[in-house]
Formats: sequence, C-alpha cells, structure tokens
Amino acid sequence: MTAPTARREPEGTEGSRIGGSQEMGTLDTLRRGFELSPELRRGLGVTVVLALVATVGRVLIPFVVQQTTDNGIMATGGPDVGFVLTAILLAAGVVLLTSFAQYLVNLRLFKAAESGLATLRMTAFRHIHDLSVLTQSTERRGALVSRVTSDVDTISMFVQFGGLMLLISTAQIVVATTLMVVYSPLLAGVVYLCFLPLVVLIRWFQPMLGRAYGEVRARVGDMLGAISESVVGAVTIRAYGVEERTAARMDAAIEDHRRSAIRAQVRSVLAFVSGQSFAGLTTAVVLVVGTVLAVDGRISLGELLAFLFLVNLFTQPVLMATEILNEMQNAVAGWRRVIGVIDTPADVADPGEEGVDQERGPITVEFEDVAYAYPGGETVLRDVDVTIAPRTRVAIVGETGSGKTTMAKLLTRLMDPTSGRVLLDGVDLRALRFDSLRRRVVMVPQEGFLFDQTLVDNIRFGKPTANDEDVALALTELGLDSWVEGLPHGLQTQVGQRGESLSAGERQLVAIARAYLADPDLLVLDEATSAVDPSTEVRIQRALEGLTRGRTSVAIAHRLSTAEAADTVIVVDQGRVVEEGPHRDLVGRGGVYTAMYASWASQQQEGS
Amino acid sequence: MTAASASRPLTPPRPSRAVLRQGLAVIWSGMRRQRLLSTVAVVGAVLWASATVATAWAIGHVTGTIITPAVTAGSVTSAELWTIFLLLAAVLLVNVVGVILRRVMATMAGFNLQAGDRRKVTRQYLRLPLTWHHAHPSGQLLSNAHSDIEATWQVFNPLPMAIGVVVMLVIAGVQMFVVDPLLAFIGLLVFPGLFAANLVFQRFMSPLITRAQQLRAEVSEVAHESFEAGLVVKAMGREREETDRFRVVTHDLRDSLIAVGRTRGVFEPVIEAIPTLGTLAVIGAGTARVASGDLTAAEVVQVAYLFSILAFPVRALGWVLAEIPRSVVGHRRVDAVLRAGGSMEYGRHEVTGAGPAHSRSDTVEFAYVSQVGREQLGADVDHGSVAAQGPTERVPAIRGVTLDVPAGSTTALVGPTGSGKSTLTNIVLRLVDPDSGTVQLDGIDLREVRRGGVPDVAALVSQQTFMFDDTVLGNVALGTDVTREQVEESLRIARADGFVDHLPHGMDTEIGERGGTLSGGQRQRIALARAIVRRPRMLVLDDATSAVDPSVEQAILKGLREARDGMTVLVVAYRMATITLADHVVYLERGEVVDQGSHAEVLERCSGYADLVNAYSREAAERAALAAEEEGS
Repeated sequence: MTAPTARREPEGTEGSRIGGSQEMGTLDTLRRGFELSPELRRGLGVTVVLALVATVGRVLIPFVVQQTTDNGIMATGGPDVGFVLTAILLAAGVVLLTSFAQYLVNLRLFKAAESGLATLRMTAFRHIHDLSVLTQSTERRGALVSRVTSDVDTISMFVQFGGLMLLISTAQIVVATTLMVVYSPLLAGVVYLCFLPLVVLIRWFQPMLGRAYGEVRARVGDMLGAISESVVGAVTIRAYGVEERTAARMDAAIEDHRRSAIRAQVRSVLAFVSGQSFAGLTTAVVLVVGTVLAVDGRISLGELLAFLFLVNLFTQPVLMATEILNEMQNAVAGWRRVIGVIDTPADVADPGEEGVDQERGPITVEFEDVAYAYPGGETVLRDVDVTIAPRTRVAIVGETGSGKTTMAKLLTRLMDPTSGRVLLDGVDLRALRFDSLRRRVVMVPQEGFLFDQTLVDNIRFGKPTANDEDVALALTELGLDSWVEGLPHGLQTQVGQRGESLSAGERQLVAIARAYLADPDLLVLDEATSAVDPSTEVRIQRALEGLTRGRTSVAIAHRLSTAEAADTVIVVDQGRVVEEGPHRDLVGRGGVYTAMYASWASQQQEGS
Repeated sequence: MTAASASRPLTPPRPSRAVLRQGLAVIWSGMRRQRLLSTVAVVGAVLWASATVATAWAIGHVTGTIITPAVTAGSVTSAELWTIFLLLAAVLLVNVVGVILRRVMATMAGFNLQAGDRRKVTRQYLRLPLTWHHAHPSGQLLSNAHSDIEATWQVFNPLPMAIGVVVMLVIAGVQMFVVDPLLAFIGLLVFPGLFAANLVFQRFMSPLITRAQQLRAEVSEVAHESFEAGLVVKAMGREREETDRFRVVTHDLRDSLIAVGRTRGVFEPVIEAIPTLGTLAVIGAGTARVASGDLTAAEVVQVAYLFSILAFPVRALGWVLAEIPRSVVGHRRVDAVLRAGGSMEYGRHEVTGAGPAHSRSDTVEFAYVSQVGREQLGADVDHGSVAAQGPTERVPAIRGVTLDVPAGSTTALVGPTGSGKSTLTNIVLRLVDPDSGTVQLDGIDLREVRRGGVPDVAALVSQQTFMFDDTVLGNVALGTDVTREQVEESLRIARADGFVDHLPHGMDTEIGERGGTLSGGQRQRIALARAIVRRPRMLVLDDATSAVDPSVEQAILKGLREARDGMTVLVVAYRMATITLADHVVYLERGEVVDQGSHAEVLERCSGYADLVNAYSREAAERAALAAEEEGS
C-alpha cells in the first residue's frame, strides 16, 4: 500500500510561490535579462564591428579562392602564377586578420557574458535571501540552488555566441538578399517564397521549444532537490535502511529529467531539420526555375551558377539563425527562472530609505490585536494584545502548535501579521528599517544552523566585526569556556557540514553564543536550549539573566524552569493568549498554566 | 563568514600531457556503453557527410548533363526539369535522414549516459559512509551529480558531426589522391597542424577547466549552505555578509571562466584558419603544377573546391576538441566519487532472534577524523584523491566504552552535552564502525550482518530528525509493508495523531522539503512513529522528545512503556521523566563511562550525574528560596 510517492507534481503547479515558469514572453525575458546584466551590453558596439570584420573575412575568403581559380589558374593563356601568388598572400592576410578579429570578439564576448552572468547570479542570490521565510520554504533548496547555478549556466552559451551570431546572421541575410535581388529579382522572389512557410513554422516551433526547455529546467530543479535529500538525510537513510527507496525516488527524478531533456532536444532537431529541408528544396527549385529562365535566355548560365552561390550564402545564416533561436529558447527557459526569482516580490520587505531608524536602548514591544493565518491555511494566532515592558524577561509557554513560535516570528518580522500590528517602541515593525530591526532584535531559533567553518567563525556570525578575544570573552561570560576548551581545537574547531561534527546540544550552545555576541536590545529565544543538558541549561539561563538584565528578552520554552525564572509568563493556548502574569501568580490560579506546571513538576520530582 | 574565510586556497591542478588520450578514452567508453545509439548516430553522420559531398556532385552533374545542353539547345523538357528537382530532393532526403539520425541518436546517447552516471553517483552517495559525507559539502555533491556529469558527456552533442567531418575528409582525401598525390599530401599537412594546435590547447586548457569546475562546485556549495541557513541569516540580518561570501566565489568562477574563454578564444580561430591556409597552399602548389604542365587547371579547381566545402564543417572538429578537456575534467571528478573507498563492508548473517534484542558493545573506541584541508574532487590526474586530501587528525570521541543492553531492558544513556552519547548510539546501530572493539546484536558481530540487517532489527530516533519531501504516511512507512492502520496506531503512540488529523489531507498531506511545514516537535513525533511502526526489537531514542512539551512527552513515554514489551530500549536522556523509565543508567563524561547502575545507585555515587538530573529541581528550590527571602525582607 505504501508505494513510494516518488513523483511529485510538476513544480509551479503546486506549492512554489516563486515565479519563472511560462508567464513571461521571449522578448520580455530577453529585455529584462539584459536589463539585469548591464555588462552584456557594455562595449557591444565595438564587438559587433569586430564581428562584422570577421564575417566579411569569412565571406571574402571563398570569394578570393574563386577569383584565384577563375582568373589565375583558369586564366586564358595558361595559369598566371604571379596573380595567383599575390592573391594567395592577400587571402592569407585576410585569414590572419579574420582570425585576430574573431579572437578579439571571443574574448570580449566571454568577458561580457561571464561578468553579466556573475551579476545575475549575485542579484538572484541576494533576492532569495530577501524573500520571506515562508516564500523560501515553498521551494526546495536544491531547486533554489539550481536557480543561481545551472539555470544561469544555461544562459551562458547563448549570450557568449548566440546573440551575436544572430546579429551577424541577420546582417549576412540582408547582404545576401541585396545581392540576390541585384542578380535576379525574380529568383530572389522564388527564394523568399520558398522560405515563407519556414517563418510560419518557426513561429510555431518556438513556443513549443520554450515549453520543452522550461520543463527541462524544472526537472533539473526537482532532480537536485531529490539528490540533496539523499545527501542531507544520510543518517536517517542509513538508520532505516531505506537506501533502495531513496534510490527509487532519485531515479524517478533522474529519469524525468532525462526524458524531458531528450524531448526538448528532439524538438530542436526537428526545428533545425525543417529549416534544412526548406534550404535544400529552395536550391532545387532555384535550379529548376533558373534553368527555365536560362533556356529562355533571361539569365546566363554563369549568372545562374553565381546565383546558386548566393542562395548558399543566404541559407547558411538562415539555418544558423534557426539553430540559435532554438538555443535561445533554452537560454530563455533558464533566464525565466532566474528572473522569476528576482521578480518575485519580497513579501516581508525592508522599508528601505523611507523606513524609521531607531536608536538602541530599552525596548517596548506591543502586539495590537494581532492575528496570523498561513496563506490559504487556518488562523493559528488571533486576538493577541500583549505589551512587553522594557527590561522584562518574558516566557511564552503553551502546548506544541499553540502558536508560540508564530508569535516569535511576528516579533522578529520573519512574517507579517494578517491583521493587527506589532510595535517596537511605538513603531510598526513594517516601518522599521531592517538594519535597525536586526541590530535591536535577534532570535535564536530551535535549530540554529551552523556553517561549515570554525567555531569562532560561526559565533562571529552574530557580529562580523568581533575578534577572537571578543568571542572568547562572550563564551566565558556564558560559562561555556570549559566546554570550548574540551573541543579538539578549541575555538578553531571545524564544525563540519551544517555543524554536524557537534551534537545538537552543542550546536544550540553555538547559536546562543552567536546571539549573545550580537548584543541585541531584545533577545528572542525559541526553544533555544531544548537539546542542552539540564545543568548546562540552568547555567546558561543564569548567565543570560545576569547579562540581559536591563534588556528585554522573550523565551519560548517547554521546560517550565524558564517560566519560573521569567518576570512575566504568557500562556498561549490554541492561538490565543489565555493567561499572563508572573509565575507565582499563575501557578495557583487553577488555569492552563497550573495544569502545565503540575505536569512539569511531577516529572522533576520522581526519583530525586 | 568574512569574505576571506570563505575563499579557500585552491591547489593548482597539475596539467596533464594525456588529456587528449584520456578524452578519447572517455568518448570511447561512452560509445561502448551506448553501442546501438552510437552506431546509428555514426551511420547517420556518414549519411549526412556523404549527402553533403553528393550535393556538390549532384549540382555539378545536372549542370553538365542537363542544364548546359538545354541552354545551348534553347529548350528544356519537363522530364528534364523533374530530373533536376528529384535528384536534388533525393540527396536532400538522405541528408535530412542522416541529420535526424545523427543528432537524435547522439542526444539520446548523451542523456542516457548522463542519467546512467547520475544513478551511479547517487548510489555512491547512498553507499559511502557518513565520514565521507562529513568531508564533502552537500552543495559540491549536487554540483558533481549535475554539472560534472553534464560536462563529461556534453561532448556527445558535436561528436557525430565531427565523425561525419572525418568521413568527409576521408572522401575528399581519396578524391585528392586520385587527382594528384602530391597536392593531396600538401593538403593533408593540415592534419598535423590541427593536431599540434590541439595539443598546445589541451595543455593550457585542462588546468583552467579543472579550476572552473571546482569553482562551479564551490558556488553551488555556498549557495546550498546559505539557503539552508536562510532562517538564521534572516534572524541575524546577515544577508549582506552572505552575499559578500557568494560574491567571492562567483567572481572567482567568473574570472576562471574568462580565463577559459581567453584560451578557447585563441583556439577556435586557429582551428578555423588552418584548413583555409591549407586550401591556399593547395592552390599555390597547384598553380605551379599546372604551370609546369603536370596537372590541368580543372583538376586543381576540383581539389580546391573539395577543400572549400570542408571549411565550415571542420569547425565541428574544433568544437569536439575544445570540449575534450571539460569532458576529461568532469569525468575525473565523477570518477573520484565512483572510486571513493572506505565503504562499509557487510557480512551475510541475519539477526534472526525473536523478541527483544540484546546489544553489547565491548571496549569500543572511536575518533572523528577532522580534516584540516579540503578534498578537491578529481584534482589529481592519476590516482584517486589521496594526494589532494588535506592533512587529517583524529579526535577521540569514545574511549574504551563497554555497554551492555540486556534483552528487554530499558537502559538510559546520560551525560552532559557533547559527552559522546549520540556517537555511541551511532556505533551501537553501526551507522559508523568503531576504530577498535566489537559491537554485537544478539551475539552476532555487526560487521557480519548483511546490509539492511541492522535496520530490520533496530530503529533509531535521532536528535535531529530528517523528513523526506513526502506525505506523513510516506514518512512514517518509508516504503515498508505496513497498513494504514498500523501507521495510525504508531502515530497515536507517538501522540502525533492529534495534529496529523488537523492537517489538510490528514496522513496524506505533503509536508514539504525536510518537513518544513511542521514544527520541530511535530517532526520529532513523526520520527518516533516512523520507528514504532516497524515494531523494532530494539529502539534507540536519542533525546527524541527534546522539542516536545512536557505533558505530551509524558504521554508519549507512557505509550511507549505500554508498547515496549518485546522491545529493548536504549534511550539518551537528560530529564527525570525519561530516566525513570529505565532499569539501568549509564553515565558518560567525555566519551568514557563514569558510572552505571540503577538510577538511585548512580545518583548516590556520582556527583556529576546528580548535578545533571537534579538541575531543574535544585534551580526551582533556589528560586523559591530567593523569592521567599525577597518577600520576607
């Protein structure tokens, strides 16, 4: 009955609130893409000129060769060796010039493309961090990573060569057309008539290809998401012996990607081949019509053969252009996803320049009739009217799922309330500049993420300007110095991937030290010591108490030892604040808190 | 998190002399793995090449046999016109069929190879021990499975065309030899030229590409880590610093790709110029031959024409050659993962007993390998990654621990944060092997047990739970053959039934990546249900209720107490409620067993233990006293 549900709904139809599937037209995507990477346009004029030089050279060489053979080797009265040698040297010169021009073009394009794409990566990366936690979590990390890595890589092929080749091809088409019209307007008309259906076909193929490539990009995201699971979940997978199931899930994603990639490529081949067919048929038709014209004496045989050369000059760039248009759809598919991220509005946004800057100092927090509901979900918090006075230590308690963490997230503006306001010293959080807010308010989440760096670097995350001595001092003040001394390299210990060289409890210690070093006016602890042993927990609590005196702190805790130590306890039950007051008042009131405390106390009594 | 700490020094990879040879070996191995598709693609390429040469021939043929006489005669029949059209159309048809076969089959072969390698690489990720995972950042592994594999097989896109070009060159070469061996010889001098240029190119290119692929992996690494840390970055307002960190690697990647482009930018025009210069040489030499009367002008023109139609396709040869270093580097990096050793060896034994299992670990020692440097995948050309690995150091975590968990007992493992409790549970379940000492389950050495044998008997609920991007049901069952009712029952024991019922689709609700839509306490309870549903003969709980509130914790423990018949339980615990469940307490400090016995015995003998378990009540008492004092004063 429990077949692995390996296949998920295609991204975009479900869940993800980050844009980038199909909503943007090709031209709009290109325009926006160039806007986001101004480097792509910088110096483009010079590059185009150089590219035209290279193109002229490339067209000139067969011409010179032809002239040499016609007028040199086949010259009336035997081969003209002198002429041939001159022509060859001339041609060799053109070849060298062309090569050099081409080298310059390549170099300039590589520079422009890579600089532009680096900018694009940075912009997307930064914007992903600017998205709210909620929006971030609608998409898997692996898929987000693909938006700043492989999606961007997809664009590079096109911006390195494609765009310019498209330009040059167009120029070549114009030149060839002009020459054809000069030679024979009638045959030129025939050529254009033959190619007309191709234009229609391309217009039909392009959106189809766009969809197919878009599908590939989405599948890459899914695949990276699935593979990421096998790496990050390594312990669980081994502990439960579910390697095969995990493998099946990944294989499904890998297979989906393979299929979609092949499908897109096959379509692109068909698009190319149809162009090629039209080119071939055009040559045949021109030859037939030309023969009729030549027989009628309206053009000479020589003119007909020369015209065939021109047809070739015309069809080559046309084919090249169809190929590049295909590649462009691939690039656009990647571009759409990157642009999709960048253009997803940051729903919890920094008010920026217009925002309020606050001085540091004792902080007052007010919840004014606050309610919160997850988008499309039920209301998890309602009618919250709470004022937290400066310099008080508040504990928020309540059962799992009662809305405690939601309160913490609203307080730190990780989310905005659905209705009501959260005020900091009388200012709506939404009007407060992020710089100011993050300096004044810091939260320690339950699972404090550690970076694959040293311990000291991880603690310094709280205050990048701190030096090693500051960090050591902070640890001493928190009573954690002996713990650090016990680590193999003390402060220089590498904590490993996600901090996995440390235990969960130790990671929490680091997270607390980090927040402590940040030295905020309001410290919010969300189950920050849940995995720490009781005597360390009590010790830290005391240290924080001493140090947060004069500061406001809000702690969310299951262990009621925290509540006992707080000035005020806020009891949350089913999304509502039901009780509020100091521990010793609440404990005898006979309400929710009394029951909670009784349960807690009974656990502590046993055996001791 | 400063910019400087993010940029790790990269050991410059040694340039290799044998890149071309290795590249051809990679291509050959790929063609052998996709024999049918490759063969058809090559056939298609041959068709295309022949048709391309035939087009020139056909135009010449109809011009000579039909058009010229018709123009001279001043009349043409419709049959003659049809002949012209149909002959060209026929050649075109062959050409188109050739292109379709060539490109479609090559594409399929390439993506099949990519998918095949991805399966192999991800199998390695599942097989390699946790210690290996510790040394390899997740983001880099993602990049390996995607970008490195793509780099390896991208060469299959231009490959068949290049093979077709070789065919064309052979056809042209034969024709040239028929016309004049000396001219042909001069013309074919082009090949050593191409070869020499390519050799120089490969020499410069491969270290550049190696560095680029490594930086690609690092960009992926920083992005992956930073996005995983999203909440912390936001909570601390460190978006700017993280962006700076990303900027360092992104700019390194940009510079290295520009360096690649600079080299490639030289190579391509050179490869393109060489055949053209060859044509000119042929014409020059040909003119001399005509002047000396050895050849007719028409013959020289024919040879020159052959060269000129090759000028464009020869570029495809350049594309393949330009792709080769990337392919080799990708292959090396993939190969480094595929050949990574140190996997766990499994035996063949079953743990066959029934009822509660008996676990015994004897004088177990374990040290973490802390890596000072960083491994760089496939950086070394010849053998594995040994030389590329930084110095390592062993950090003892478990020192001579003997732990006996009798069948049917409940044993509590107690100790301060960081004392080695989790490591010990990992050893007991053979998630890692001890450096010395033995671990047994029902008297069988775990190293003798077949793969999957230990998880069949014992279940771990770890401190930090991991949820799959799946439904609640899928996360609990994890593919084992259990009924919905059994899942419901275990959710009930784990006290997860309440909130699961409130989810939009109950047990069938998708909980998102890493269970992101749930709270920490909810995830812990699902993890608990995941263990319970398997009816393990041994249950290992590693502080598995840390994020659950006390009343729920008590309810869970009560449920477990009722359900634990037939189960041996090893529980890592701090809190009294959990400890009092146990018959036996083992107290650890700094990786050593300090004391063990019943709770009362250890409490009496061991001050460290007493400090730990009584911390809350002592604190409460002190606070109460303090409060009373304040009120009294």
